[in-house]
Amino acid sequence: MSSSTDLGRPDPDPTVAPTRDGRPVSDRGDTVCVIGAGASGLTAVKNLREAGFGVDCYERETGVGGAWNWRHDRSPVYASTHLISSRPFTQFPDFPMPDDWPDYPHHAQLLSYFERYADHFDLRQHVWFGTEVVRVEPVEGDRWDVTTRSTGGYGPERTSRYAAVVLANGHNWSPKLPRYEGLEQFRGEVMHASSYKDPAQLRGKRVLVVGAGNTGCDIAVEAAQQASRCWHSTRRGYWYAPKYVFGRPADQVNDTLLALRVPLRVRQWLYHWTLRLTVGDLTRFGLPRPDHRVYETHPIANSQLVYYVGHGRVSPVPDVARFGDRTVVLADGSEIDPELVVFATGYLPRFEFLEGRVLGDADGSGRPRLWLNAFAAGHPTLAVVGLVQPDSGIFPISHWQSVLFARLLTLRATRPDRAVAFGKRVAAGLGERYSARVKDSTRHWFEVGHADYLRALQRALHDLEDK
Amino acid sequence: MSAERVRVVRGWEWARPERPARREVVAAVPELDQAKPPLLFVPGFGHGAWAFAEHWLGHAAGRGFPAYALSLRGHGGSEPAPGATLRSYTHDVVQVAASLPRRAVLVGHGAGARVVAHALARYPARAAVLVAPVLGGWGTLGTALRRNPAGTVPAVFGAGLRLNRRQLFSRELPDADARRHLGRLGRAGRRAQWQLLTGRQPEPAVGRPPVLVLGSPDDRVVPPAALTRAARRYASAPLLFPGMGHDLMLDARWREPVDAILDWLEKDPAPAAG
Repeated sequence: MSSSTDLGRPDPDPTVAPTRDGRPVSDRGDTVCVIGAGASGLTAVKNLREAGFGVDCYERETGVGGAWNWRHDRSPVYASTHLISSRPFTQFPDFPMPDDWPDYPHHAQLLSYFERYADHFDLRQHVWFGTEVVRVEPVEGDRWDVTTRSTGGYGPERTSRYAAVVLANGHNWSPKLPRYEGLEQFRGEVMHASSYKDPAQLRGKRVLVVGAGNTGCDIAVEAAQQASRCWHSTRRGYWYAPKYVFGRPADQVNDTLLALRVPLRVRQWLYHWTLRLTVGDLTRFGLPRPDHRVYETHPIANSQLVYYVGHGRVSPVPDVARFGDRTVVLADGSEIDPELVVFATGYLPRFEFLEGRVLGDADGSGRPRLWLNAFAAGHPTLAVVGLVQPDSGIFPISHWQSVLFARLLTLRATRPDRAVAFGKRVAAGLGERYSARVKDSTRHWFEVGHADYLRALQRALHDLEDK
Repeated sequence: MSAERVRVVRGWEWARPERPARREVVAAVPELDQAKPPLLFVPGFGHGAWAFAEHWLGHAAGRGFPAYALSLRGHGGSEPAPGATLRSYTHDVVQVAASLPRRAVLVGHGAGARVVAHALARYPARAAVLVAPVLGGWGTLGTALRRNPAGTVPAVFGAGLRLNRRQLFSRELPDADARRHLGRLGRAGRRAQWQLLTGRQPEPAVGRPPVLVLGSPDDRVVPPAALTRAARRYASAPLLFPGMGHDLMLDARWREPVDAILDWLEKDPAPAAG
């Protein structure tokens, strides 16, 4: 764990003011607090440092990488996790991945990439490892009291006052578990995909995978190879896009059309046409017909699922209706008898250290109301970085969000009028969407189209910088 | 340059990423790590990593700076790349810079300075040094035609640009050395050569790197006015070394400019304003 005597890290200033409930507070002056040292937190630290700010980053684990560090207990990655967006869409814009890496690198390569990023820009000296954030409270003057303690609750709590806060605590660690009648009585094994780490967990078992996100499809494909039987339950039909089209990563082909400014309708038609040529009619395999057009739900990039369905190694089944003692009853009335049920039903974003109303979520629905998925009304010194579910990589988005926030903080001192105008824009744009019409579900409310979203960010940056 | 806007959306670059190429990187690393930033030397058109390996790499390492030089694709010991563009060369520089253990100082010579200027928009360098920079534009062609018509005219029609001894070196450099260096010169890709004249100007640098421009008033490739213009672009004045040719790193008094660069870096130059 880090200590306050670490080289390059100043000791916090002596106590200057108590909190509302009388706890002592150390004033960290103009320093910015970043919560989390995963991909989004690291890029926030780097960009804030580059803009000249002091930064304290709190990381509950003992290493960088967040979700992509499989040693972390909140990491959702499993042994075979690979990127689903290709390198150009995933790397930080100012720190490319090696060009001799594969198009879709493995999670271990991602971790090494973040470790190199941290070392290259000398970021570790700003991170307090093994320290978790307990409370974040707004105080007068748009400043923030951040209370921390050792991970696991050891040692005393400490409160420090910061000029600004970046929330980069990730959104893929708190499992979303569906409720089903009879689930408590089910005597088979039940797990969420967050606990799935290795194909050995599936070996020789009758497995039911619930959920058709990218994780659900990946686990179904692994079960096809390892399990004695695999059922894949999905609520609706999806478009299973192959990872390669015409010998190129599918997202690069898609962005060729975007770069050529082909309209959405034409792109949808081309996409459907390409899928018809390559994957074909999915209903022939027993998969349900998609009830939406492509680009209207989060894309599933999986070349192998349909292959294993075709080999009879994966049996597509409808939604789960209820659980029995040893059986699962499906929506069509049929019964199956899995030994293991894997819920690949996603995650819910959580900010347990912050009152919901700060992020515009007063009723506790778990859906913050933000502008650009990053800025809260009435809190000009707060930014949420990485709270997006893009149809592409998240890291470039986190990079530009934190660049925008760093420039906003700089302007608060040099051009306060611009910063005030930005605040008005935030209040007016709460809840704005950046994608084509998408299906309504907890999984899709923070869905963004990468091109639409980055264009909106670029406009916001230009508005700030205009003379 | 700070008035220019950042570019977030790069549809074509995402859709058609640069093809990887085998790159030659020559290194001279000090025995003891003194926590100084690594230097990445980027040679100009026709030159390879060898141009810096001759004197500057060893000298920088001797003063405690880890020093690296790369050969752009199609140059030196790197993979042949006749179709290379300025974007390919920029890609090479950013790839090597990002592979270094710490944030690097980019040092570009000649047309390599133009490549460095492009790379600065894609990589937050610790600092940048432009040595006798050829930043391009039609003025570059005018100077080359005036000073070396025989070597330049064929280049206009797609052949390689041929630089002569008088352009590259001072009279102080022994003839044998000059001949040896001239014999190693290669050529840049045809498209890259054209883009030097017609291509887009570099985007604003990211990460506010301090920039030093240096050259020689007796350089027969880059006239003093071009040096001043280049320095002004980065809000500074050029550091001049009279009596030297264009290839400052190979000329007889190679030690003076490299010492000036290292002295400047040791003073820990402040980031650019803005």
